[in-house]
Amino acid sequence: MHLIFFIVFAGFCLAGAINLLLQSHPINSALSLIVVMTSLAVLYLLLGAEFLAIAQVIVYAGAIMVLFTFVVMLLNAGREDRTLGSRAALRIGFPAAVAILALIATVILHAQGLGVARLSDGITTTEELSAVLFTKLLLPFEVTSVLILIAIRGAVALASHDGSKAERTGDR
Amino acid sequence: MTILQFLLWSLLKVAVVTVVMLLGVAYTVLLERKLVGRIQNRWGPSRVGPFGLLQPLVDGAKSFLKEDIIPTGVYRPLYLIAPMIALGCALISIAVVPFGEPVSVAGSPHLFQIADVNIGLLVILGVTSIGVYGIALAGWSSNNKYSLLGALRSSAQMVSYELALGLSLVGVVLRAGTFNLRLIVEQQSAQGMLSWNLFGGMQFVAFFIYLMAAYAETNRSPFDLPEAESELTGGYHTEYSSMKFAMFFMAEYANMITVGCVATLLFLGGWTSPFGDLIPPPQNIFVHSLFPIFWFVLKVFSFLFLYVWVRGTLPRFRYDQLMNFGWRWLMPLAILNIVATSLWLAYAKN
Repeated sequence: MHLIFFIVFAGFCLAGAINLLLQSHPINSALSLIVVMTSLAVLYLLLGAEFLAIAQVIVYAGAIMVLFTFVVMLLNAGREDRTLGSRAALRIGFPAAVAILALIATVILHAQGLGVARLSDGITTTEELSAVLFTKLLLPFEVTSVLILIAIRGAVALASHDGSKAERTGDR
Repeated sequence: MTILQFLLWSLLKVAVVTVVMLLGVAYTVLLERKLVGRIQNRWGPSRVGPFGLLQPLVDGAKSFLKEDIIPTGVYRPLYLIAPMIALGCALISIAVVPFGEPVSVAGSPHLFQIADVNIGLLVILGVTSIGVYGIALAGWSSNNKYSLLGALRSSAQMVSYELALGLSLVGVVLRAGTFNLRLIVEQQSAQGMLSWNLFGGMQFVAFFIYLMAAYAETNRSPFDLPEAESELTGGYHTEYSSMKFAMFFMAEYANMITVGCVATLLFLGGWTSPFGDLIPPPQNIFVHSLFPIFWFVLKVFSFLFLYVWVRGTLPRFRYDQLMNFGWRWLMPLAILNIVATSLWLAYAKN
């Protein structure tokens, strides 16, 4: 049962990812990305990570992708022209991508102590997750929140103060 | 229980809940028209059937029979899929709502809830956040400036108020220590009204934040800017006709009902009686299991009543007022509520 679900949603995920690259209209690509993210959420759920799954839906599919579609809608971006790309990219790019993927795969396969994830009925509840997050991993968690705060502050600074000044000087 | 049994039971529950939900949607529309009529000192629909009670059925038949117009300029695939996303998401989120006490007959799963999941509350929020796409895509694919503006307003509004909405629920979750809707209700069942999160849990600030964010989240007046008729001739569904328009309409009312269900579950003690044990539970087994449903429906109904009352009373916000209110008032207030609740919980624990 788990395996069937895994195959179906992994298929969705891959199909969405390939469709993302093949579509020439930006909004179709954005929608394919949503398909990828929601099927990823189902895969997380199959691994028993229910909180992660729903966070993936709320944060990525629900919030971030809305901003993507927003930008596409506001710019009213039209159909893109299809180019074959440079010859160098064709010749080097594909082998390079294969090499990098192979490297990552070997490193992961050889690495020890990564932990095991299995398709199973077992579920990591939110209580267990937060217990680990707020005791064992408290420092990284807090540091990440400070990092995000800095990023927000930076975005606000860029958008409000310096950005408008640069625009004004640019006009002159 | 085998997988086949589980599937059959689930299908049955889904079918029943969908039918009841759609009927509820139809009669919420009638309730709104009647009540707004009374507020504006007129009768509202009164011709079809006794007291106009058959009006929703006639309206449904009418929207089925209307000509389905697809304008030439639209982007067809998204234009066709948008109403389905909107209505689908509106109907899916009811799946995790428990309507009554856990009752099972002849080895069946929990009868009055389709899926009892650990993260029920988050599922509702997640599905709602996907529902934004229905509106956004409808506005964009219509290729009409009013539709696009309506969709932009609507999705901006939904994204910003989702924050206040989610944060206002954190207080309740902190008190309950779980996202499971059934457990959240069961924790409020001890002393009737006094143990509801709204009164006993001191979550009234959170309740009012939720109330206002919910109005904005469902695009209802006084936050109905996305379809402000005087400015946008109908907003994101300007170019839709016939059943596709009806699907957006149904999605809006289904969302209202879901939001009412969540308010009932989180703040008003769900299916539990407001009088606690003052009224002894009835002995008859059928009455005993249907009594909680009565309370649940009554609470959701009063929430819908309030919805319509607000619509009939308040004028529409301006767009900048809307954004100011959401970001500068509701969100900080919700964060303060979280801080206060956590401090209180920490104090109570020691």
